[in-house]
Amino acid sequence: MDYEVKLEIFEGPLDLLLHLIHKNEVDIFDIPIATITRQYLEYIDMMRALNISVAGDFLIMAATLIHIKSKMLLPGPQDEEEEDPRLEITRPLLEYMQLKEMAQELSEREILGKDVFSRQPPSMQDQLDAEGPRLDVSLFQLMDAFKRIMDQTRSAAELTVQMERWSVKDKAQLIIEHLKERRTLFFHELFSDDHSIPELIVTFLALLDLVHSGLVKAFQPSEGQAIQLKASFTQDMANSEQHHGKTLENDH
Amino acid sequence: MEKPLKMIIEALLFAADKPLTSRDIHNAFPEFSPADITAALNELIGDYERMERSFMLKEVAQGYQIRTRSDYAPYVLKMLRSSPARLSRAAMETLAIIAYKQPIIRQEIERFRGVDVGGILRTLLEKDLIRIVGRKDLPGRPLVYGTTRKFLEVFDLKDLQSLPKMKEIEELESDEAQPPQQRSESAAEGSGPEEKNPSPPAGEGSSASTD
Repeated sequence: MDYEVKLEIFEGPLDLLLHLIHKNEVDIFDIPIATITRQYLEYIDMMRALNISVAGDFLIMAATLIHIKSKMLLPGPQDEEEEDPRLEITRPLLEYMQLKEMAQELSEREILGKDVFSRQPPSMQDQLDAEGPRLDVSLFQLMDAFKRIMDQTRSAAELTVQMERWSVKDKAQLIIEHLKERRTLFFHELFSDDHSIPELIVTFLALLDLVHSGLVKAFQPSEGQAIQLKASFTQDMANSEQHHGKTLENDH
Repeated sequence: MEKPLKMIIEALLFAADKPLTSRDIHNAFPEFSPADITAALNELIGDYERMERSFMLKEVAQGYQIRTRSDYAPYVLKMLRSSPARLSRAAMETLAIIAYKQPIIRQEIERFRGVDVGGILRTLLEKDLIRIVGRKDLPGRPLVYGTTRKFLEVFDLKDLQSLPKMKEIEELESDEAQPPQQRSESAAEGSGPEEKNPSPPAGEGSSASTD
């Protein structure tokens, strides 16, 4: 593949674990470690396949999971007092959930510049989102949605000869054009014109880049519903994006 | 000719560009006692409430400020044509960690989030929501971060003690037992009546020395 995108990944290994726990609807105090480890590694593989740079922390967590898994397989000394090896990840997960909860609460307060205004607007006032937070989706939810699209199109797409080469920048521009027209799009609609697997991937990477640079917002109206995309740029921002694909390091 | 204290204070609040403390007012008008000033401020809060004005008097960052009510946000935003840039979820989480765990060094923040937070810290510093409060006595003398007065102003907080209480782990556990559809709702309800202390207020920075 002739692209390489170094996306700054804002989500870490704990986010991925929480995503998996949530998705599998399992109890955080009784994590099915074999299943979760296998799925965790699948995500890492997929991120690598997409050339998303996987931070070292993801690999450390992978090693930790494998270690816990092996510990649990070993008969070991059947010591009642021995700690559940899974606590090694349960503890940081709980602590992290606690902080996420607090972040959520803070963002629901009456925020100056978003919900309330003072006479002399501090500069922050025009820097916070005008829209209330709907359910934002994470990188991993986007990856799930993308994987479904890949699975659906794989067989058909492989037969198609790749006629065009797309850069991430081109696709990003295309997404922006679509959103200028329609303001919101369903996630799957983005891929309706893509004819090959590489093209799908480039579109997906372009979307990730736009989401991370804040130009596009991915959200769900409510839990479990189809992911939608919303323009969160003004006309000016979209135009300046045209002149420099600033967030992409490399896009031939 | 003498004007009533309450009206004088209203004029001061109207003209101020930042939350005014009763001490600010007392310093300018020593003839009024701090107690009278506080009483007048509270009277104003009640007045606006009763008159159902589109604005209110709020106690934030240890001062008082006139602010529009949230019902009127859409109208104000429409006029301001406010740009939609915002704090990302990652930035909010980082900010929450700093708010609750301050004084805190970058490595500790990264331990919670499991990702590099260098870029986010820069953004938060630029927005003046966090500040460097000192350096820690550790190898490399790492920077210590804390929240700013502006953080209190933006998030409608009187002081750090009035941060929402941390939800206890046991409550998260009971949340976790619910089916996911309900969980997102209960997350939005916020913390209930827990009793745990919020977080160390500023000034607890014994490990941090200001450079």
